[in-house]
Amino acid sequence: MTQATADHASAAVTSEEIDVEFRAVTKRFGSLTAVSSVNLRVHKGEFLSLLGPSGCGKTTSLRMIAGFEQPDEGELLIGGRDVSGVPPYKRDVNTVFQQYALFPHMSILDNVAYGLKQRRVSKKERHQQAAEALELVRLVGRDTHRPSMLSGGQQQRVALARALVMNPRVLLLDEPLGALDLKLRKEMQIELKRIQDQVGITFIYVTHDQEEALSMSDRVAVMSNGVIEQLDEPRAIYDRPLTPFVADFIGDMNFIDGQVVEAADGGFAVDAGQGVVVRGRGDVARGRRVRVGIRPERMAAHPGGGDGRANSAPSEVVTKMYLGDQVQIVARLASGSEVIVREQRTSADPALDTINPGDQVAITWDEAAPHLLGDAPHAVEKETP
Amino acid sequence: MRRRRPFTAKRGFTVWALLVYAFLYLPIAVVVIFAFNGPSPSSLAGFHGSNVCSMPPTKLGNVAVWNEFEPCWFSQGLHDSTYIPAIKTSLGIAAEAAVIATVLGLIAALALARMKRRWRIPFDILVYLTLVVPEIVIAVASLVFFVQARQNLGFFPPLGRSTILLGQIVFNASLAMLIIRARFVGMGDRLEEAAYDLGSGPVSTFRQVTLPRLMPAVVAAALLTFTFSFDDFVLPNFTNGTTNTWPIVLWSAVRFGITPAVNALATLMLLITAVFVFLTVIVLRRSRVVDPGDGGGLGSMLGLG
Repeated sequence: MTQATADHASAAVTSEEIDVEFRAVTKRFGSLTAVSSVNLRVHKGEFLSLLGPSGCGKTTSLRMIAGFEQPDEGELLIGGRDVSGVPPYKRDVNTVFQQYALFPHMSILDNVAYGLKQRRVSKKERHQQAAEALELVRLVGRDTHRPSMLSGGQQQRVALARALVMNPRVLLLDEPLGALDLKLRKEMQIELKRIQDQVGITFIYVTHDQEEALSMSDRVAVMSNGVIEQLDEPRAIYDRPLTPFVADFIGDMNFIDGQVVEAADGGFAVDAGQGVVVRGRGDVARGRRVRVGIRPERMAAHPGGGDGRANSAPSEVVTKMYLGDQVQIVARLASGSEVIVREQRTSADPALDTINPGDQVAITWDEAAPHLLGDAPHAVEKETP
Repeated sequence: MRRRRPFTAKRGFTVWALLVYAFLYLPIAVVVIFAFNGPSPSSLAGFHGSNVCSMPPTKLGNVAVWNEFEPCWFSQGLHDSTYIPAIKTSLGIAAEAAVIATVLGLIAALALARMKRRWRIPFDILVYLTLVVPEIVIAVASLVFFVQARQNLGFFPPLGRSTILLGQIVFNASLAMLIIRARFVGMGDRLEEAAYDLGSGPVSTFRQVTLPRLMPAVVAAALLTFTFSFDDFVLPNFTNGTTNTWPIVLWSAVRFGITPAVNALATLMLLITAVFVFLTVIVLRRSRVVDPGDGGGLGSMLGLG
């Protein structure tokens, strides 16, 4: 829906610096539209993530770049060249597959050297390059092993080496860390970033893990229902979500719906009912019913009732949780909807420590906190998690 | 101290299963045991030669009861002038049928597995038909067809070794196709995709990735079709012309009474078949050890599971 978000940065970039470009690309499977008229420019050397829930079209997009699927409409360019009809084995891209897809009947070294063998690189030369690639991913001394003898993390490194050794124009990564446990995943995230810095190849990374996307990427394209909802730097995606979907999908977000009662000088006031007024910054027409989002960490809770001022909502504490370095409470507003308030435990005595379930509190936030997220949905209000 | 386990449903089923297996395999055990039976005492009393196994079948007396241990029937049977050529014929036909059926089955499996449903289903029905139609029906049909073909097409071979082979290739190719396709489908196409992604074209992908990965199923199919062809009786009995296979010779011998020599031949045949089935299981199991998560046991290979 919000294709207008586009990428501001790419406007000034010449075509030589674009590695992959989608021009109104559409892909259908039967009656299902997996990718719907997507425009995307991937810059040379950048780490771009396609982020979204399963079925959002991110993997289909990746498979179209790899050549396993053909677009039904639009053009797909790699290095400025239209690649429609070009089979995967003639494209200058390589893929790291989700389930690694290592050849079980070959040794690790032969797996990594497989692509070079297809290029008719001499045996000595390709084994040397394969060994170097394995060194790059820090997997040494396993050359003669079969893939089944390696752990998941090690197999992942082999899959990465096998693609990197080809020195492709673009490396495609299809949820490569999805099968690893949390600790190993964190390690591999750092490894991937290091390797990308080292080799300078363009990475297109498909994931449903927002933290992964935000921590590694230069830019993130958030996808939903076959369209790119927002394409921007990780920080901007988090700080300035442009649609309710992005706001909800990236991090936690409290939603408040209401009518715009004031709009002037780049500021607005939204009447959310029950005496709650949200004041924030942004341009919006008076009289519209809008949805406003506020991050949990931008809210604070103070003991006692509300004082009737704007950006202050009287509510009752429902639950309180310690999340290690953070304290979180869930509070119910007078309207019945619930909000999450989160506080970093930096001081010895954080404010939320003194607040307990059942207490009456005032939830407050400053004027910079609310995000305008378009029209309020007509359906029953979605409960915050 | 271990407590005694109560009599559970699981144990009941175990006993039941053992009984079923006993019912199935005891007759075979009897054949094997009676392959070592000697002539009746009265016949033996009237015999003055050095080798009791050289006695004609009609003079052995009652061999349906256990008389004495006598192992010479095996060598006697194998020295018989009618048996050796029949064994050679059977082994030869089985080997050829296995190779041809496996190659055909491989090609069919590759084609059918990725065919559109609309085309695949009619082919599938044909394949299953060759396996479920009673063999005697196929045998009669084959006989009529081969005779007619010979009469109307000059190049078609007369009834004999070639027609036995042709008849057997039909259902063996179906069997091989099912075994190979089960693995092919179970493999998925992610490894082929990986090969394409690394710059390998269709031909080299098949040679370097697909075929090596299919190899256990191909070998299993060859071993199993060999076994099926080797011990097949009904079809060759119709399409053999004057050629004799081992099962046919055995059947002819039975008409003159079930002698220890016949039992010995049957036992040998059982042994050869058992060795091949055993090898098949080994190949399939080994492929599972090397390649966990791909394909199931023999049952799923045959498309039964």
